[in-house]
Amino acid sequence: MNLKLKALTKSIWVFHAACSPCNNCDIEVLDVLTPRHDVERFGIALVGSIRHADVLLVTGVPNYKTKERLKRIYNQAPQPCLVVAVGNCACGRIMFKDSYNSPCAVDEVVPVSAYIPGCPPKPEAIIAGVVKLIKKLRGQK
Amino acid sequence: MKLLFNYLIFPGFLFSACIGLIAGWIDRKVTARIQWRVGPPWYQNFIDIVKLLGKETIVPEGAKLTFLISPYLGLLSLILVTTILGKSVILPLESFMGDLIVVLYLLVIPAIAIIVGAASSRNPLASIGASREMKLVLGYELPFILSVVAIILKSKGAIEIGQILNHQINFGSNLFSWSGALAFIVAIFCMQAKLGFVPFDMPEAEQEIMAGVLIEYSGLPLAIFKLTKAVLLYTMPLFLIILFLGKDLSPLFIVLKYILLLVIIILIKNTNPRLRIDQALRFFWGPMTFLAGAAVILAGLGY
Ligand code: SF4
Repeated sequence: MNLKLKALTKSIWVFHAACSPCNNCDIEVLDVLTPRHDVERFGIALVGSIRHADVLLVTGVPNYKTKERLKRIYNQAPQPCLVVAVGNCACGRIMFKDSYNSPCAVDEVVPVSAYIPGCPPKPEAIIAGVVKLIKKLRGQK
Repeated sequence: MKLLFNYLIFPGFLFSACIGLIAGWIDRKVTARIQWRVGPPWYQNFIDIVKLLGKETIVPEGAKLTFLISPYLGLLSLILVTTILGKSVILPLESFMGDLIVVLYLLVIPAIAIIVGAASSRNPLASIGASREMKLVLGYELPFILSVVAIILKSKGAIEIGQILNHQINFGSNLFSWSGALAFIVAIFCMQAKLGFVPFDMPEAEQEIMAGVLIEYSGLPLAIFKLTKAVLLYTMPLFLIILFLGKDLSPLFIVLKYILLLVIIILIKNTNPRLRIDQALRFFWGPMTFLAGAAVILAGLGY
């Protein structure tokens, strides 16, 4: 069990679900993979299929369409799968809170394990968020 | 008992998987350094496998039994290849009649396993990947087998790996003759396609069809496919060493030659864009088959 947890924290594969963000957050997420920040050295990789993912990374405010998709994607993920909300939008909907096409926040659709605020969050903030997530995983043991 | 040991541990599964995973790490590290990144630590691929073992295995609705069986099929037959190759490097005289042909057949099975698995996962992207993989297999098998035929002709029609090695020990490596050099070029490209690396990674094209053939796999079966890829990264260069560079097979030289081939693979991988599937087919059936045919003719004439 312990070995499993250790392996999980050392090799996190991320699936990036963009739930109607403004794309700034997505660009910052990609920044984390570029040479300056290079998260592959911690074993973090972006994967194309939710079946391979350990972390579901959500950006943006879900609308009526993406809400259903998000729920379905989460149900398709193999357990254990954690959800990380990146950006103020995903954390709390900021100014889109009262918008006509925004039914709910991300954490009302899927259980979120880590919030990374910022509009958009800096790459450093995203890495700090991931570190917190890993610490949380280890603390759970 | 000894057979089981050979199959599971020494030239077989455990050994080849370890070497393959480490070679996979070298590939990732060099790629990262080329892109001016730091790259993962050396145990990264092992950890990936261990992690996948701990994940849930999801079987998509309506998938057949083949979905779960095909990864094992690919890995088991590939390990058989590694065992035969490893044994014949250690004891060239103990190989059996026609093992070269057995190896050629068994080397296709991992690709077939991927096609079967992808086709039975009932995912449209997986079926696109499967069809691309199928076309790719059709593309590279012909020149690959032709280049092997050139080697067979060069070693006086021997279809035993041991005899091919003996011939090279007596008359020098096959690479250093006209026909051998041509066949070697062809075999390098076919190896790249067999490994599924750029420029021939269209079955798994991450940017177009997500993970393509592997899209529905999770947990244990995915880990087995990753292991198959790793073992293939050990087997294919070893096979080429046996066919083309078999003069001096002391451990040090094998390691050096293996690293040389690995460098070639990584260089091709990092300096090329992905081809479309029709371009790949044209490449293999056009210039490559032509080169391989020329190699066969030259070998027949004795050059
Ligand atoms: S948090 Fe800001 S940058 Fe990110 S998607 Fe929302 S509006 Fe865009």
